[in-house]
Amino acid sequence: MRVKEKEKMATKKLIGMTGDQAAAHAMRQIAPDVVAAYPITPQTEIVMSFSQFVADGKVATELIPVESEHSAMSACIGSAAAGARTMTATSANGLALMWEVVYIAASTRLPIVMSVVNRALSAPINIHCDHSDTMGARDSGWIQIYSENAQEVYENIISAVKIAEHKDIRLPVMVCQDGFITSHAVEGIELSDDKTIKDFIGEYKIDHSLLDIDNPVTYGPLDLQDFYFEHKYQQSFAMKNALSVIPKVLQEFNKTFGKNHDLIEEYKLKDADIGIVALSSTAGTARAVIDDLRKKGIKAGLLKPVFFRPFPAERILKAISHLKVVGVMDRAESFSTMGGPLFSEIRSAMYDSKQKPPIVNYIYGLGGRDIFPEDIEKVYEELESIKRAGKIKTLISYLGVRE
Amino acid sequence: MKKKGWKEIAIGGLIDKGGTAKEYNTGSWRTFKPVVDKTKCINCLQCWIYCPDSSIKVKDGKMEGFDYDHCKGCGICAAICPVKCIKMEKG
Repeated sequence: MRVKEKEKMATKKLIGMTGDQAAAHAMRQIAPDVVAAYPITPQTEIVMSFSQFVADGKVATELIPVESEHSAMSACIGSAAAGARTMTATSANGLALMWEVVYIAASTRLPIVMSVVNRALSAPINIHCDHSDTMGARDSGWIQIYSENAQEVYENIISAVKIAEHKDIRLPVMVCQDGFITSHAVEGIELSDDKTIKDFIGEYKIDHSLLDIDNPVTYGPLDLQDFYFEHKYQQSFAMKNALSVIPKVLQEFNKTFGKNHDLIEEYKLKDADIGIVALSSTAGTARAVIDDLRKKGIKAGLLKPVFFRPFPAERILKAISHLKVVGVMDRAESFSTMGGPLFSEIRSAMYDSKQKPPIVNYIYGLGGRDIFPEDIEKVYEELESIKRAGKIKTLISYLGVRE
Repeated sequence: MKKKGWKEIAIGGLIDKGGTAKEYNTGSWRTFKPVVDKTKCINCLQCWIYCPDSSIKVKDGKMEGFDYDHCKGCGICAAICPVKCIKMEKG
Protein backbone atom coordinates (compact mmCIF):
# COMPACT_ATOMS: atom_id res chain seq x y z
CA MET A 1 0.00 0.00 0.00
CA ARG A 2 1.24 3.41 -0.93
CA VAL A 3 1.84 5.94 1.84
CA LYS A 4 -0.87 8.22 0.53
CA GLU A 5 -3.47 5.45 0.63
CA LYS A 6 -2.37 4.54 4.13
CA GLU A 7 -2.83 8.10 5.27
CA LYS A 8 -6.24 8.20 3.65
CA MET A 9 -7.22 5.01 5.46
CA ALA A 10 -6.01 6.38 8.75
CA THR A 11 -8.11 9.52 8.46
CA LYS A 12 -11.24 7.56 7.56
CA LYS A 13 -13.34 6.38 10.44
CA LEU A 14 -14.31 2.90 9.37
CA ILE A 15 -16.77 0.81 11.33
CA GLY A 16 -17.07 -2.92 10.79
CA MET A 17 -20.56 -3.92 9.80
CA THR A 18 -22.56 -6.13 7.45
CA GLY A 19 -24.56 -4.90 4.46
CA ASP A 20 -27.69 -5.45 6.53
CA GLN A 21 -26.36 -3.34 9.37
CA ALA A 22 -25.24 -0.67 6.92
CA ALA A 23 -28.81 -0.54 5.60
CA ALA A 24 -30.19 -0.30 9.14
CA HIS A 25 -27.80 2.54 9.96
CA ALA A 26 -28.85 4.42 6.84
CA MET A 27 -32.48 4.00 7.94
CA ARG A 28 -31.63 5.18 11.46
CA GLN A 29 -29.99 8.32 10.12
CA ILE A 30 -32.75 9.01 7.60
CA ALA A 31 -35.18 8.49 10.52
CA PRO A 32 -38.30 7.85 8.43
CA ASP A 33 -41.65 8.57 10.07
CA VAL A 34 -42.83 5.01 9.55
CA VAL A 35 -41.28 1.61 8.91
CA ALA A 36 -43.75 -1.23 8.39
CA ALA A 37 -42.12 -4.63 8.05
CA TYR A 38 -42.65 -8.30 8.56
CA PRO A 39 -40.41 -9.23 11.48
CA ILE A 40 -39.45 -12.84 10.74
CA THR A 41 -37.86 -14.87 7.98
CA PRO A 42 -37.42 -14.30 5.02
CA GLN A 43 -36.84 -10.90 6.59
CA THR A 44 -33.21 -10.09 7.20
CA GLU A 45 -31.08 -8.54 9.87
CA ILE A 46 -31.99 -5.09 8.47
CA VAL A 47 -35.29 -4.92 10.27
CA MET A 48 -33.86 -6.71 13.32
CA SER A 49 -31.12 -4.08 13.68
CA PHE A 50 -33.49 -1.23 12.95
CA SER A 51 -35.99 -2.52 15.55
CA GLN A 52 -33.17 -2.44 18.06
CA PHE A 53 -32.48 1.22 17.22
CA VAL A 54 -36.17 1.98 17.77
CA ALA A 55 -36.26 0.02 21.04
CA ASP A 56 -33.13 1.79 22.26
CA GLY A 57 -34.64 5.18 21.47
CA LYS A 58 -31.98 5.94 18.88
CA VAL A 59 -34.59 6.77 16.26
CA ALA A 60 -38.16 8.06 16.69
CA THR A 61 -39.66 6.05 13.80
CA GLU A 62 -43.08 4.45 14.24
CA LEU A 63 -42.27 0.78 13.68
CA ILE A 64 -45.21 -1.37 12.62
CA PRO A 65 -44.53 -5.11 12.80
CA VAL A 66 -47.13 -6.70 10.55
CA GLU A 67 -48.31 -10.25 9.90
CA SER A 68 -47.00 -10.64 6.34
CA GLU A 69 -45.10 -8.82 3.62
CA HIS A 70 -48.37 -8.23 1.82
CA SER A 71 -49.47 -6.30 4.89
CA ALA A 72 -46.06 -4.62 5.23
CA MET A 73 -46.32 -2.99 1.82
CA SER A 74 -50.02 -2.24 2.35
CA ALA A 75 -49.21 -0.41 5.58
CA CYS A 76 -46.39 1.44 3.82
CA ILE A 77 -48.81 2.59 1.13
CA GLY A 78 -51.27 3.96 3.69
CA SER A 79 -48.48 5.61 5.59
CA ALA A 80 -46.88 7.23 2.54
CA ALA A 81 -50.26 8.45 1.30
CA ALA A 82 -50.84 10.02 4.70
CA GLY A 83 -47.68 12.04 4.19
CA ALA A 84 -45.19 10.07 6.27
CA ARG A 85 -41.71 9.29 4.96
CA THR A 86 -41.92 5.52 4.76
CA MET A 87 -39.40 2.72 4.43
CA THR A 88 -39.35 -1.05 4.63
CA ALA A 89 -37.15 -4.02 3.83
CA THR A 90 -37.66 -7.50 2.46
CA SER A 91 -36.02 -10.38 0.66
CA ALA A 92 -36.74 -13.28 -1.70
CA ASN A 93 -40.10 -14.95 -1.07
CA GLY A 94 -41.06 -12.02 1.14
CA LEU A 95 -40.93 -9.79 -1.92
CA ALA A 96 -42.87 -12.40 -3.85
CA LEU A 97 -45.62 -12.35 -1.24
CA MET A 98 -45.71 -8.55 -1.48
CA TRP A 99 -46.20 -8.70 -5.25
CA GLU A 100 -49.74 -7.34 -5.61
CA VAL A 101 -49.06 -4.35 -3.39
CA VAL A 102 -45.59 -3.70 -4.82
CA TYR A 103 -47.36 -2.71 -8.05
CA ILE A 104 -49.93 -0.64 -6.15
CA ALA A 105 -47.19 1.35 -4.37
CA ALA A 106 -45.64 2.30 -7.70
CA SER A 107 -48.91 2.96 -9.50
CA THR A 108 -50.15 5.13 -6.65
CA ARG A 109 -46.86 7.04 -7.04
CA LEU A 110 -45.76 6.76 -3.43
CA PRO A 111 -42.04 7.33 -2.80
CA ILE A 112 -41.41 4.38 -0.50
CA VAL A 113 -37.81 3.21 -0.16
CA MET A 114 -37.32 -0.53 0.33
CA SER A 115 -34.12 -2.43 0.99
CA VAL A 116 -34.10 -5.75 -0.77
CA VAL A 117 -31.60 -8.45 0.04
CA ASN A 118 -31.41 -10.41 -3.21
CA ARG A 119 -32.01 -14.07 -2.61
CA ALA A 120 -33.30 -17.01 -4.62
CA LEU A 121 -36.98 -17.82 -4.94
CA SER A 122 -38.27 -21.29 -4.08
CA ALA A 123 -38.62 -24.08 -5.14
CA PRO A 124 -36.54 -26.04 -4.35
CA ILE A 125 -36.08 -24.15 -1.12
CA ASN A 126 -32.99 -21.99 -1.18
CA ILE A 127 -32.15 -18.91 0.85
CA HIS A 128 -28.94 -17.83 -0.89
CA CYS A 129 -28.05 -15.09 -3.30
CA ASP A 130 -29.44 -14.58 -6.73
CA HIS A 131 -31.47 -11.84 -8.37
CA SER A 132 -34.67 -13.78 -9.15
CA ASP A 133 -36.65 -11.80 -6.59
CA THR A 134 -36.08 -8.25 -7.79
CA MET A 135 -35.70 -9.22 -11.45
CA GLY A 136 -39.19 -10.65 -11.18
CA ALA A 137 -40.31 -7.23 -9.95
CA ARG A 138 -38.60 -5.37 -12.77
CA ASP A 139 -41.87 -4.48 -14.47
CA SER A 140 -43.60 -3.32 -11.28
CA GLY A 141 -42.76 0.34 -11.81
CA TRP A 142 -40.18 0.62 -9.02
CA ILE A 143 -36.80 2.19 -9.53
CA GLN A 144 -34.11 -0.42 -8.87
CA ILE A 145 -30.58 0.26 -7.63
CA TYR A 146 -28.08 -2.59 -7.34
CA SER A 147 -25.32 -2.16 -4.74
CA GLU A 148 -21.88 -3.71 -5.04
CA ASN A 149 -20.92 -3.65 -1.37
CA ALA A 150 -22.10 -2.52 2.06
CA GLN A 151 -20.79 1.02 1.60
CA GLU A 152 -22.84 1.35 -1.56
CA VAL A 153 -25.88 -0.09 0.19
CA TYR A 154 -25.56 2.64 2.80
CA GLU A 155 -25.10 5.43 0.26
CA ASN A 156 -27.71 4.18 -2.21
CA ILE A 157 -30.38 4.12 0.49
CA ILE A 158 -29.68 7.77 1.29
CA SER A 159 -29.80 8.90 -2.35
CA ALA A 160 -32.86 6.68 -2.94
CA VAL A 161 -34.92 8.80 -0.54
CA LYS A 162 -34.21 11.93 -2.52
CA ILE A 163 -34.72 10.21 -5.87
CA ALA A 164 -38.05 8.66 -4.83
CA GLU A 165 -39.43 11.91 -3.43
CA HIS A 166 -38.25 14.15 -6.29
CA LYS A 167 -41.29 16.01 -7.64
CA ASP A 168 -40.50 14.98 -11.21
CA ILE A 169 -40.13 11.30 -10.29
CA ARG A 170 -42.40 10.25 -7.40
CA LEU A 171 -41.71 6.56 -7.71
CA PRO A 172 -40.74 4.01 -5.07
CA VAL A 173 -37.18 2.70 -5.01
CA MET A 174 -35.74 -0.74 -4.26
CA VAL A 175 -32.16 -0.69 -3.03
CA CYS A 176 -30.77 -4.15 -3.69
CA GLN A 177 -27.79 -5.93 -2.22
CA ASP A 178 -26.52 -9.46 -2.68
CA GLY A 179 -27.84 -11.90 -0.10
CA PHE A 180 -25.18 -13.18 2.32
CA ILE A 181 -22.31 -12.02 0.10
CA THR A 182 -23.02 -8.40 0.99
CA SER A 183 -25.80 -8.68 3.55
CA HIS A 184 -23.89 -10.91 5.99
CA ALA A 185 -20.23 -10.18 5.29
CA VAL A 186 -18.54 -7.62 7.53
CA GLU A 187 -16.81 -4.70 5.81
CA GLY A 188 -15.38 -1.41 6.93
CA ILE A 189 -18.07 1.22 6.48
CA GLU A 190 -17.71 4.95 6.62
CA LEU A 191 -20.85 6.58 8.02
CA SER A 192 -21.77 10.18 7.31
CA ASP A 193 -23.04 12.37 10.11
CA ASP A 194 -26.76 12.62 10.83
CA LYS A 195 -27.03 16.32 10.09
CA THR A 196 -25.51 16.13 6.60
CA ILE A 197 -27.92 13.31 5.75
CA LYS A 198 -30.94 15.15 7.18
CA ASP A 199 -30.03 18.33 5.31
CA PHE A 200 -29.51 16.40 2.10
CA ILE A 201 -32.82 14.52 2.14
CA GLY A 202 -34.83 17.48 3.48
CA GLU A 203 -38.41 17.16 4.58
CA TYR A 204 -40.92 14.86 2.92
CA LYS A 205 -43.75 16.99 1.67
CA ILE A 206 -46.85 15.62 0.05
CA ASP A 207 -49.41 17.67 -1.87
CA HIS A 208 -52.38 15.61 -0.81
CA SER A 209 -52.39 13.88 2.55
CA LEU A 210 -54.89 11.13 3.17
CA LEU A 211 -55.27 12.47 6.73
CA ASP A 212 -56.09 16.04 5.72
CA ILE A 213 -59.78 15.96 6.59
CA ASP A 214 -60.29 19.58 5.53
CA ASN A 215 -59.23 18.70 1.99
CA PRO A 216 -60.41 15.12 1.50
CA VAL A 217 -58.82 13.11 -1.31
CA THR A 218 -59.11 9.57 -2.64
CA TYR A 219 -56.05 7.38 -3.25
CA GLY A 220 -56.37 4.27 -5.38
CA PRO A 221 -59.88 4.64 -6.79
CA LEU A 222 -61.48 2.58 -9.54
CA ASP A 223 -59.90 3.62 -12.83
CA LEU A 224 -61.40 2.00 -15.90
CA GLN A 225 -61.02 2.03 -19.66
CA ASP A 226 -61.37 5.80 -19.82
CA PHE A 227 -58.41 6.85 -17.63
CA TYR A 228 -56.29 3.86 -16.51
CA PHE A 229 -54.17 4.03 -19.66
CA GLU A 230 -53.36 7.72 -19.09
CA HIS A 231 -52.22 6.93 -15.55
CA LYS A 232 -49.96 4.14 -16.85
CA TYR A 233 -48.49 6.56 -19.37
CA GLN A 234 -47.78 9.03 -16.55
CA GLN A 235 -45.81 6.27 -14.80
CA SER A 236 -43.95 5.44 -17.96
CA PHE A 237 -43.14 9.11 -18.51
CA ALA A 238 -41.93 9.49 -14.91
CA MET A 239 -39.60 6.50 -15.31
CA LYS A 240 -38.20 7.88 -18.56
CA ASN A 241 -37.85 11.30 -17.01
CA ALA A 242 -36.02 9.73 -14.08
CA LEU A 243 -33.16 8.90 -16.43
CA SER A 244 -32.33 12.59 -16.67
CA VAL A 245 -33.40 13.59 -13.14
CA ILE A 246 -31.47 10.88 -11.25
CA PRO A 247 -28.03 12.08 -12.45
CA LYS A 248 -28.85 15.55 -11.09
CA VAL A 249 -29.79 14.13 -7.69
CA LEU A 250 -26.64 12.00 -7.72
CA GLN A 251 -24.57 15.05 -8.58
CA GLU A 252 -25.93 16.76 -5.51
CA PHE A 253 -25.25 13.61 -3.49
CA ASN A 254 -21.68 13.47 -4.79
CA LYS A 255 -21.11 17.11 -3.96
CA THR A 256 -22.49 16.70 -0.44
CA PHE A 257 -20.80 13.43 0.45
CA GLY A 258 -17.70 13.54 -1.74
CA LYS A 259 -18.69 10.46 -3.74
CA ASN A 260 -18.88 9.47 -7.37
CA HIS A 261 -22.28 7.89 -7.99
CA ASP A 262 -23.75 7.54 -11.46
CA LEU A 263 -26.31 5.50 -13.40
CA ILE A 264 -23.55 3.15 -14.49
CA GLU A 265 -19.98 2.51 -13.45
CA GLU A 266 -17.10 1.56 -15.71
CA TYR A 267 -13.84 -0.16 -14.86
CA LYS A 268 -10.97 -0.09 -17.33
CA LEU A 269 -13.53 -0.14 -20.09
CA LYS A 270 -12.41 2.76 -22.29
CA ASP A 271 -9.44 0.93 -23.86
CA ALA A 272 -10.81 -2.58 -23.41
CA ASP A 273 -11.32 -5.17 -26.16
CA ILE A 274 -13.53 -7.50 -24.18
CA GLY A 275 -15.87 -6.56 -21.40
CA ILE A 276 -18.41 -8.04 -19.08
CA VAL A 277 -21.54 -6.45 -17.72
CA ALA A 278 -22.44 -7.45 -14.16
CA LEU A 279 -24.60 -6.18 -11.32
CA SER A 280 -23.84 -5.92 -7.61
CA SER A 281 -21.11 -7.86 -5.80
CA THR A 282 -19.94 -9.80 -8.87
CA ALA A 283 -18.62 -6.49 -10.22
CA GLY A 284 -16.19 -6.39 -7.29
CA THR A 285 -14.83 -9.84 -8.10
CA ALA A 286 -14.55 -8.89 -11.76
CA ARG A 287 -12.39 -5.87 -10.91
CA ALA A 288 -9.78 -8.10 -9.30
CA VAL A 289 -9.84 -10.45 -12.29
CA ILE A 290 -9.44 -7.54 -14.69
CA ASP A 291 -6.36 -6.31 -12.81
CA ASP A 292 -4.77 -9.77 -13.20
CA LEU A 293 -5.70 -10.07 -16.86
CA ARG A 294 -4.34 -6.61 -17.61
CA LYS A 295 -0.96 -7.72 -16.23
CA LYS A 296 -1.06 -10.51 -18.82
CA GLY A 297 -1.78 -8.00 -21.57
CA ILE A 298 -5.46 -8.90 -21.97
CA LYS A 299 -7.52 -5.79 -22.42
CA ALA A 300 -10.46 -6.68 -20.20
CA GLY A 301 -13.01 -4.25 -18.79
CA LEU A 302 -16.20 -4.10 -16.77
CA LEU A 303 -19.49 -2.28 -16.90
CA LYS A 304 -21.64 -2.23 -13.77
CA PRO A 305 -25.13 -0.86 -14.29
CA VAL A 306 -26.06 0.68 -10.93
CA PHE A 307 -29.63 1.41 -11.99
CA PHE A 308 -31.59 -1.32 -13.74
CA ARG A 309 -34.85 0.65 -13.57
CA PRO A 310 -34.96 3.02 -15.27
CA PHE A 311 -32.79 1.14 -17.75
CA PRO A 312 -29.91 3.44 -18.76
CA ALA A 313 -29.76 2.04 -22.30
CA GLU A 314 -28.03 4.99 -23.91
CA ARG A 315 -25.31 5.15 -21.29
CA ILE A 316 -24.76 1.40 -21.47
CA LEU A 317 -24.48 1.42 -25.25
CA LYS A 318 -22.09 4.32 -25.17
CA ALA A 319 -19.90 2.43 -22.72
CA ILE A 320 -19.79 -0.96 -24.45
CA SER A 321 -20.33 -0.40 -28.20
CA HIS A 322 -16.62 -0.06 -28.90
CA LEU A 323 -15.84 -3.49 -27.43
CA LYS A 324 -14.97 -6.42 -29.67
CA VAL A 325 -16.99 -8.86 -27.52
CA VAL A 326 -19.44 -8.32 -24.66
CA GLY A 327 -20.41 -10.90 -22.03
CA VAL A 328 -23.49 -10.13 -19.95
CA MET A 329 -23.72 -11.80 -16.55
CA ASP A 330 -27.21 -12.53 -15.26
CA ARG A 331 -27.79 -13.82 -11.74
CA ALA A 332 -31.37 -14.64 -12.66
CA GLU A 333 -33.08 -16.85 -15.22
CA SER A 334 -36.05 -15.42 -17.07
CA PHE A 335 -37.08 -18.68 -18.76
CA SER A 336 -37.69 -16.73 -21.95
CA THR A 337 -35.12 -19.02 -23.63
CA MET A 338 -33.59 -15.74 -24.82
CA GLY A 339 -31.28 -15.24 -21.85
CA GLY A 340 -31.46 -13.41 -18.56
CA PRO A 341 -33.13 -10.02 -18.06
CA LEU A 342 -29.96 -7.90 -18.20
CA PHE A 343 -28.86 -9.64 -21.40
CA SER A 344 -32.24 -9.33 -23.10
CA GLU A 345 -32.46 -5.62 -22.46
CA ILE A 346 -28.90 -4.80 -23.47
CA ARG A 347 -29.17 -6.92 -26.60
CA SER A 348 -32.49 -5.29 -27.47
CA ALA A 349 -31.01 -1.82 -26.95
CA MET A 350 -28.18 -2.74 -29.31
CA TYR A 351 -30.56 -3.28 -32.21
CA ASP A 352 -30.57 0.44 -32.97
CA SER A 353 -26.85 0.86 -32.44
CA LYS A 354 -24.52 1.32 -35.37
CA GLN A 355 -21.83 -0.66 -33.59
CA LYS A 356 -23.00 -4.10 -32.60
CA PRO A 357 -20.27 -6.17 -31.00
CA PRO A 358 -20.99 -9.88 -30.54
CA ILE A 359 -22.79 -10.28 -27.24
CA VAL A 360 -23.23 -13.42 -25.17
CA ASN A 361 -24.98 -14.25 -21.93
CA TYR A 362 -23.83 -16.07 -18.83
CA ILE A 363 -26.48 -17.13 -16.34
CA TYR A 364 -24.54 -17.71 -13.14
CA GLY A 365 -24.66 -18.10 -9.38
CA LEU A 366 -28.27 -19.20 -9.04
CA GLY A 367 -29.21 -20.23 -5.51
CA GLY A 368 -26.01 -18.70 -4.17
CA ARG A 369 -23.59 -20.82 -6.22
CA ASP A 370 -20.26 -19.10 -5.63
CA ILE A 371 -18.74 -17.06 -8.40
CA PHE A 372 -14.98 -17.24 -7.99
CA PRO A 373 -12.35 -15.18 -9.80
CA GLU A 374 -11.57 -18.34 -11.82
CA ASP A 375 -15.17 -18.42 -13.08
CA ILE A 376 -14.96 -14.84 -14.28
CA GLU A 377 -11.55 -15.57 -15.79
CA LYS A 378 -13.19 -18.40 -17.73
CA VAL A 379 -15.77 -15.95 -19.06
CA TYR A 380 -13.04 -13.59 -20.24
CA GLU A 381 -11.20 -16.52 -21.85
CA GLU A 382 -14.35 -17.41 -23.79
CA LEU A 383 -14.82 -13.77 -24.82
CA GLU A 384 -11.21 -13.80 -26.06
CA SER A 385 -11.87 -16.92 -28.14
CA ILE A 386 -15.03 -15.34 -29.62
CA LYS A 387 -12.92 -12.31 -30.45
CA ARG A 388 -10.35 -14.48 -32.22
CA ALA A 389 -12.89 -16.69 -34.02
CA GLY A 390 -15.11 -13.75 -34.92
CA LYS A 391 -18.24 -15.74 -34.17
CA ILE A 392 -20.37 -16.88 -31.24
CA LYS A 393 -20.51 -20.56 -30.40
CA THR A 394 -22.98 -20.46 -27.50
CA LEU A 395 -25.29 -17.51 -27.05
CA ILE A 396 -26.45 -18.36 -23.55
CA SER A 397 -24.23 -20.33 -21.17
CA TYR A 398 -25.05 -21.58 -17.69
CA LEU A 399 -21.79 -20.94 -15.91
CA GLY A 400 -20.62 -23.95 -13.93
CA VAL A 401 -23.73 -26.10 -14.29
CA ARG A 402 -22.65 -29.75 -14.11
CA GLU A 403 -23.40 -32.11 -16.98
CA MET B 1 -66.99 16.48 -23.60
CA LYS B 2 -63.32 16.01 -24.46
CA LYS B 3 -61.67 13.76 -21.91
CA LYS B 4 -58.62 15.08 -20.12
CA GLY B 5 -55.15 13.98 -21.27
CA TRP B 6 -52.36 12.46 -19.16
CA LYS B 7 -50.82 15.84 -18.33
CA GLU B 8 -54.10 17.25 -17.06
CA ILE B 9 -54.98 14.58 -14.52
CA ALA B 10 -53.50 13.99 -11.06
CA ILE B 11 -50.82 11.31 -10.88
CA GLY B 12 -51.51 7.85 -9.54
CA GLY B 13 -55.26 8.11 -10.03
CA LEU B 14 -55.60 10.50 -7.12
CA ILE B 15 -58.92 12.26 -6.78
CA ASP B 16 -58.08 15.59 -5.23
CA LYS B 17 -61.48 16.47 -3.81
CA GLY B 18 -64.43 14.83 -2.11
CA GLY B 19 -67.94 14.04 -3.31
CA THR B 20 -67.00 13.19 -6.87
CA ALA B 21 -68.88 9.87 -6.87
CA LYS B 22 -71.97 11.96 -7.62
CA GLU B 23 -70.53 12.72 -11.05
CA TYR B 24 -70.34 9.03 -11.88
CA ASN B 25 -73.60 7.80 -13.26
CA THR B 26 -73.80 4.26 -11.90
CA GLY B 27 -77.49 4.09 -12.84
CA SER B 28 -76.41 2.85 -16.25
CA TRP B 29 -75.38 -0.47 -14.66
CA ARG B 30 -78.99 -1.25 -13.73
CA THR B 31 -81.00 -4.15 -15.10
CA PHE B 32 -84.01 -3.92 -12.77
CA LYS B 33 -85.28 -0.67 -11.37
CA PRO B 34 -87.21 -0.16 -8.12
CA VAL B 35 -90.69 1.31 -8.41
CA VAL B 36 -92.62 2.43 -5.30
CA ASP B 37 -96.34 2.33 -4.72
CA LYS B 38 -96.75 5.40 -2.54
CA THR B 39 -100.35 4.44 -1.63
CA LYS B 40 -98.92 1.54 0.42
CA CYS B 41 -95.71 3.25 1.67
CA ILE B 42 -95.63 3.95 5.42
CA ASN B 43 -92.48 6.19 5.23
CA CYS B 44 -90.59 3.99 7.70
CA LEU B 45 -87.40 4.89 5.71
CA GLN B 46 -85.94 1.39 6.04
CA CYS B 47 -85.12 1.64 2.32
CA TRP B 48 -83.23 4.90 2.95
CA ILE B 49 -81.23 3.27 5.75
CA TYR B 50 -80.30 0.17 3.73
CA CYS B 51 -79.70 1.65 0.28
CA PRO B 52 -75.93 1.20 -0.37
CA ASP B 53 -75.89 3.98 -2.97
CA SER B 54 -77.79 6.76 -1.16
CA SER B 55 -80.32 6.60 -3.94
CA ILE B 56 -83.55 6.93 -1.93
CA LYS B 57 -84.91 10.45 -2.16
CA VAL B 58 -86.34 11.72 1.12
CA LYS B 59 -87.94 15.09 1.81
CA ASP B 60 -89.38 16.23 5.15
CA GLY B 61 -89.19 12.73 6.55
CA LYS B 62 -91.08 11.21 3.64
CA MET B 63 -89.84 8.77 1.03
CA GLU B 64 -90.23 10.44 -2.36
CA GLY B 65 -88.77 8.00 -4.87
CA PHE B 66 -85.39 7.06 -6.32
CA ASP B 67 -82.29 8.70 -7.75
CA TYR B 68 -82.16 6.69 -10.96
CA ASP B 69 -78.85 8.32 -11.97
CA HIS B 70 -77.10 6.37 -9.21
CA CYS B 71 -79.40 3.45 -8.28
CA LYS B 72 -77.71 0.25 -9.54
CA GLY B 73 -80.87 -1.80 -9.13
CA CYS B 74 -79.61 -4.10 -6.37
CA GLY B 75 -83.08 -4.58 -4.95
CA ILE B 76 -82.18 -4.24 -1.28
CA CYS B 77 -84.92 -1.62 -0.82
CA ALA B 78 -87.54 -3.98 -2.23
CA ALA B 79 -86.32 -6.82 -0.02
CA ILE B 80 -86.24 -4.74 3.17
CA CYS B 81 -89.57 -2.93 2.68
CA PRO B 82 -91.89 -4.18 5.51
CA VAL B 83 -95.09 -3.44 3.53
CA LYS B 84 -93.76 -4.71 0.19
CA CYS B 85 -94.54 -1.50 -1.65
CA ILE B 86 -91.33 -1.52 -3.75
CA LYS B 87 -91.21 -3.73 -6.82
CA MET B 88 -88.29 -4.39 -9.14
CA GLU B 89 -89.23 -3.92 -12.77
CA LYS B 90 -87.26 -4.47 -15.94
CA GLY B 91 -85.88 -1.34 -17.62
